[in-house]
Amino acid sequence: MTTATDTTATGHDDHHHGPEKGLMRWVKTTNHKDIGSLYMWFAFTMVLIGGAMAMVIRMELFQPGMQIVDPHFFNQMTTMHGLIMVFGAIMPAFVGLGNWLIPMMIGAPDMALPRMNNWSFWILPFAGGILLSTFFMDGGAPAFGWTFYAPLSTTFAPDSTDFFIFAVHLLGFSSIMGAINIIATVLNMRAPEMKLMDMPLFVWTWLITSFLLIGAMPVLAGAVTMMLTDRNFGTSFFDATGGGDPVLFQHIFWFFGHPEVYIMILPAFGVVSHIIPTFARKPLFGYSSMVYATASIAFLSYIVWAHHMFLTGMPVAGELYFMYATMLIAVPTGVKVFNWISTMWRGSMTFETPMLWAISFVFLFTIGGFSGLMLGIAPADIQYHDTYFVVAHFHYVLVTGALWSIIAATFYWLPKWTGKMYNEKLAKVHFWWAVISVNVLFFPQHFLGLAGMPRRIPDYSLQFADFNMISSLGGFAFGASFILLTYIVIDCIRNGKPTTARPWEGAKGLEWTLEPKAQYHSFNTPPSRKLIEQESQNS
Amino acid sequence: MSEQEYYVPHGTYWPIIGSIGVSTLFVGFANQMHGAEWGGSVMALGFAIMVFMMFGWFGQVVNESTNGIYNKQVDRSFRWGMSWFIFSEVMFFAAFFGALFYARQLSVPWLGGADNNLFTPDLWNAFSASWHQMAFISPGTELQSGTVMSFPAVPATGIETATPAMVVDPWGLPALNTALLLASGVTLTFAHHALRAGHRDQIVGWLVATIALGVAFLGFQIMEYGHAYHDGLKLTSGIYGSTFYMLTGFHGFHVTVGVIMLTVILYRVQKGHFNADNHFGFEGVAWYWHFVDVVWLGLFVFVYWL
Repeated sequence: MTTATDTTATGHDDHHHGPEKGLMRWVKTTNHKDIGSLYMWFAFTMVLIGGAMAMVIRMELFQPGMQIVDPHFFNQMTTMHGLIMVFGAIMPAFVGLGNWLIPMMIGAPDMALPRMNNWSFWILPFAGGILLSTFFMDGGAPAFGWTFYAPLSTTFAPDSTDFFIFAVHLLGFSSIMGAINIIATVLNMRAPEMKLMDMPLFVWTWLITSFLLIGAMPVLAGAVTMMLTDRNFGTSFFDATGGGDPVLFQHIFWFFGHPEVYIMILPAFGVVSHIIPTFARKPLFGYSSMVYATASIAFLSYIVWAHHMFLTGMPVAGELYFMYATMLIAVPTGVKVFNWISTMWRGSMTFETPMLWAISFVFLFTIGGFSGLMLGIAPADIQYHDTYFVVAHFHYVLVTGALWSIIAATFYWLPKWTGKMYNEKLAKVHFWWAVISVNVLFFPQHFLGLAGMPRRIPDYSLQFADFNMISSLGGFAFGASFILLTYIVIDCIRNGKPTTARPWEGAKGLEWTLEPKAQYHSFNTPPSRKLIEQESQNS
Repeated sequence: MSEQEYYVPHGTYWPIIGSIGVSTLFVGFANQMHGAEWGGSVMALGFAIMVFMMFGWFGQVVNESTNGIYNKQVDRSFRWGMSWFIFSEVMFFAAFFGALFYARQLSVPWLGGADNNLFTPDLWNAFSASWHQMAFISPGTELQSGTVMSFPAVPATGIETATPAMVVDPWGLPALNTALLLASGVTLTFAHHALRAGHRDQIVGWLVATIALGVAFLGFQIMEYGHAYHDGLKLTSGIYGSTFYMLTGFHGFHVTVGVIMLTVILYRVQKGHFNADNHFGFEGVAWYWHFVDVVWLGLFVFVYWL
């Protein structure tokens, strides 16, 4: 192992060169842009796989009665759809965006720990492979819901659950390493002249998200480790016959799970805070309040977890505490929404594709936020709990929130990533197609939930038939929209027209000072104070 | 290497080797648990790949460090990385401490009928909800998954109500172990001071003492496990056994890792890898060792003593 290092040890001055050729470039790479692209393509693949499962779910629910799959397989579909979308799609996509953008935005040459950066990506395909392999095992894939509550996931679970547990461990390693890398990068690799309050909001939101990841993912690792020993080594953490408690699982899971939902939305807030000022041609309204609001949301996210458990059983004082603490989150979130609206107020607005996604994000995420408030009211939650209202709520925040911002970011920074412009006309067609179909898909689910349709069921009473059919039709249309998205992105990479360094007139940020297609190593010499001030959102 | 330039390595095989190793390890482990005969060998193979990866990766970093490629900024990246890694470890232990507190304060009293009376106080005859129980179910009672919900019917015979003090006296081996670990923290700090003063013989002496104290700790811990197991406290002895062995077991694993890391540092000190100003490898391991020390204090208070 000592000889292998000599080449790198002595050959350090050749690291201004471009990428290697061939497939091994992607396996060996330590470049933040390469790794960002790997993350994005991995996430996109997972979106398609998880999306295919969603199509099966919507096909089964198209009409009442058992249609195409048996109930056990249906449960596998809902479980794996959730796990893949959360851990395989949304989280890696944001880490990919972070990898691509953070070094460019803070004037750094690369991520702080480039080799570890490679590892945090290359664990993912293995974890995803192990997770997907459970479909081919005796007893099938995990079928206990993405929240894997004990004892469904311990006493009554199929053998494949142990593979699922190890997949979660691997995903956790990946997330923790990714988060450590981002913290080290933001705190240590910033251009010397860039103060914390000069940082773009995407960098701020990712920094805060990293703290959530490092605090929450190890707790998830603890939870699945307890599952593992309960299942295989006779411990009693979640088993009342041994003095443990299945409810303990829910507490530990949601202590991870609630920060997790903010892990999936804070970077989205960052993305939108870049796009709206650009196309409103105004500085971001309330930069510092955005930073403080993000930090407040992150703090609050650690102390509200049991609002997922109002019906599990809790002392009334606990219900009240978790209800009021949850309500409190609406305050910093409201600050953000009003800041985005104020940014647009009297701006010279144009509506290029990224702006359309960002504005629809503000609308639709706010709908999801409001339904979240409704769910957070303990007495009212008795009606909503475990119904399609919950499904509608978290799809509004995760699809039209998190995923929307990822698509918005893709269109916004695609010119910088490729040096080429996508087809604006097609992209707008895609936007309207997606935004209409996604509302046809998820809005009726509010009504279904309020009327009492439970989630995670393959069959339902006749009175739910119409809205389910509408929802399924919207689902198929939304699913098909990804074919067009794939075409637009590949068409841009292959045939897009060359673009300028700053394709968006109002765009600010150090990334736009790089070449049209950002060079392989972003900033080998840090940007000056003057440049940082010119490109700052906080000015 | 110029002070200005941040070293960005390019092209590495170690991560993909690590991914293959850790996946092989886990797939082997899962199959082993499901009774596959080859599971253990696959696990061993995965472990070997991981060891190879760590030697290779860390060896490369050590080489780059001794060749002076890293500047102060790279050093700071390592510091941020190590400190937040340790924080993630703290949160991992927090999950198990949380389970311990929850079981002691809530679920076991509830099983005894406390507070909301949702649970019957008569789970079975002579059931008393005390934390110190070594087993909730009479030994030899086979619980099928289907009978979980019918636990009030479990017969009362043979329920152990021994207290942990009877099994593990906190003022015996655990107190000795506390003293050993605290002393090892002190010797390690002496080694650090010697390093900063540039006295290699002293560093080696204090490091050897630290390692010896860590090994002694592990030896006594194994001895104590023997006593506890012999007296009937097992991983399967209900929630007390679960929390006891999982918390102390994970801690013991971390001490083992720490001892290995200290041994590597001892080797590197003798190789002359460190100087008074530049010795992050030493400090990172020292942070880790102190973290393991602090976790033990939590264990001593909450698992053994109270």
